Amino acid sequence: MIAIIDYGSGNVGAIANIYKQLKVPHLITGDLSELAQAERYILPGVGAFDTTMKHLKDSGMVELLNEQVLGSGKKVLGICVGMQILAESSEEGEESGLGWIKGRVRKIDPSKLPAAPRLPHMGWNTVITTPGARLFDGVDAAHGFYFLHSFYFDPARTEDVTATVDYGGQITCGVAHGNVFGMQFHPEKSHANGVAIFRNFAEL
Amino acid sequence: MTLKARVIPCLDVKDGRVVKGVSFVNLIDAGDPVDAAKAYDAAGADELCFLDITASSDNRDTIFDVVARTADHCFMPVTVGGGVRSVGDIRKLLLAGADKVSINSAAVQNPDFVSEAADKFGDQCIVVSIDSKKVSKPGEADRWEIFTHGGRNATGIDAVDFAIKMVERGAGELLLTSMDRDGQKSGYDIGLTRTIADAVHVPVIASGGVGNLDHMVEGIRDGHATAVLAASIFHFGTYSVGEAKRYMAEHGIPMRLDPPGEAA
Repeated sequence: MIAIIDYGSGNVGAIANIYKQLKVPHLITGDLSELAQAERYILPGVGAFDTTMKHLKDSGMVELLNEQVLGSGKKVLGICVGMQILAESSEEGEESGLGWIKGRVRKIDPSKLPAAPRLPHMGWNTVITTPGARLFDGVDAAHGFYFLHSFYFDPARTEDVTATVDYGGQITCGVAHGNVFGMQFHPEKSHANGVAIFRNFAEL
Repeated sequence: MTLKARVIPCLDVKDGRVVKGVSFVNLIDAGDPVDAAKAYDAAGADELCFLDITASSDNRDTIFDVVARTADHCFMPVTVGGGVRSVGDIRKLLLAGADKVSINSAAVQNPDFVSEAADKFGDQCIVVSIDSKKVSKPGEADRWEIFTHGGRNATGIDAVDFAIKMVERGAGELLLTSMDRDGQKSGYDIGLTRTIADAVHVPVIASGGVGNLDHMVEGIRDGHATAVLAASIFHFGTYSVGEAKRYMAEHGIPMRLDPPGEAA
């Protein structure tokens, strides 16, 4: 059973719909006892870093997830802000992150962007994946993914990078460390490529 | 290896039905926005836009159902506009599965609403939709003014100044519609699009007036927009989304193309 962690965001429905189509058992929940029963977790992205972390902290989910992910080694996939909170901290907010992957979230530097710098980084972009990054099996990286963000995960260890995207230079858009995975783009909005990511995560 | 330009079909929805219908082959119900959305999804649309033009407040909830049913089937980004006047409207649309909401007349009447919305939901999901007409006379410097109520009411507000203010208040994207060009099929107002696109640092969608595929190329290449929106040329099957994207790519614009053999 995959638990899609519910913060009351719209994206949880999109992820559930993909798993429904793939016939993979899943549930949308913020209930601590249901979360404890799940085998894998998806942390969707909503709004800002601090809002997301506060919600996780206030609801008691941080302790539970620390136990399940760090203690029991259950697999977790963070998406968009859900990826960013895997880091230790963010330039966007004051709250500490989950710190499951070493690094800091930074704002994309508009001065490094091409002629007409625009933020958010919005739309479809191609990604470069690291050989052996299993979540990207069967993905057409040139066809790309849908991005919608102004901040990105800057990991402390280059070996934790699974994918990069070119927006004013290569920035990290995929991370993995042990049983913890993160993606900056929105696989739930990325047609067949996104479906492949969710299938891979279910089969890891 | 770069960010791609986006092609966005826009569906006008009234009381939960597509206005005027969509003439596609193989569409089960030409008036069902969800069937139309599915067809555009399959055709490789980069994003989809619903514009709710429901007049009666009794039927305003129909759009939430349309968005939710679309999200059940389409794994693509969806923007919803029309009648967005409160934080509650935005929350309901995002919960139904919209990725972005577009604010139009409420932004003109109450610019603070845009700041509030961006603070609450993040600027990445707040689009400000700007309807304007060219008001400068021949020989004068170009000037565009904001119009509301479908282009009937002048506001006296300069469109370029307004666009800059909206971005300062947290709009993450601007949807620029030329009310002069809308429905004319004579091409986007390139002067308007470029003047605003060059004045702001957020993505800009060109809208109003597309009649052929060269117009879409011009919107990106000459108008400096990052996305082009079109309605009737897709709905009436004049061109498919796939054709539009391939044509733009042939003219040097970075596009997300379907792999050979899969193009719709």
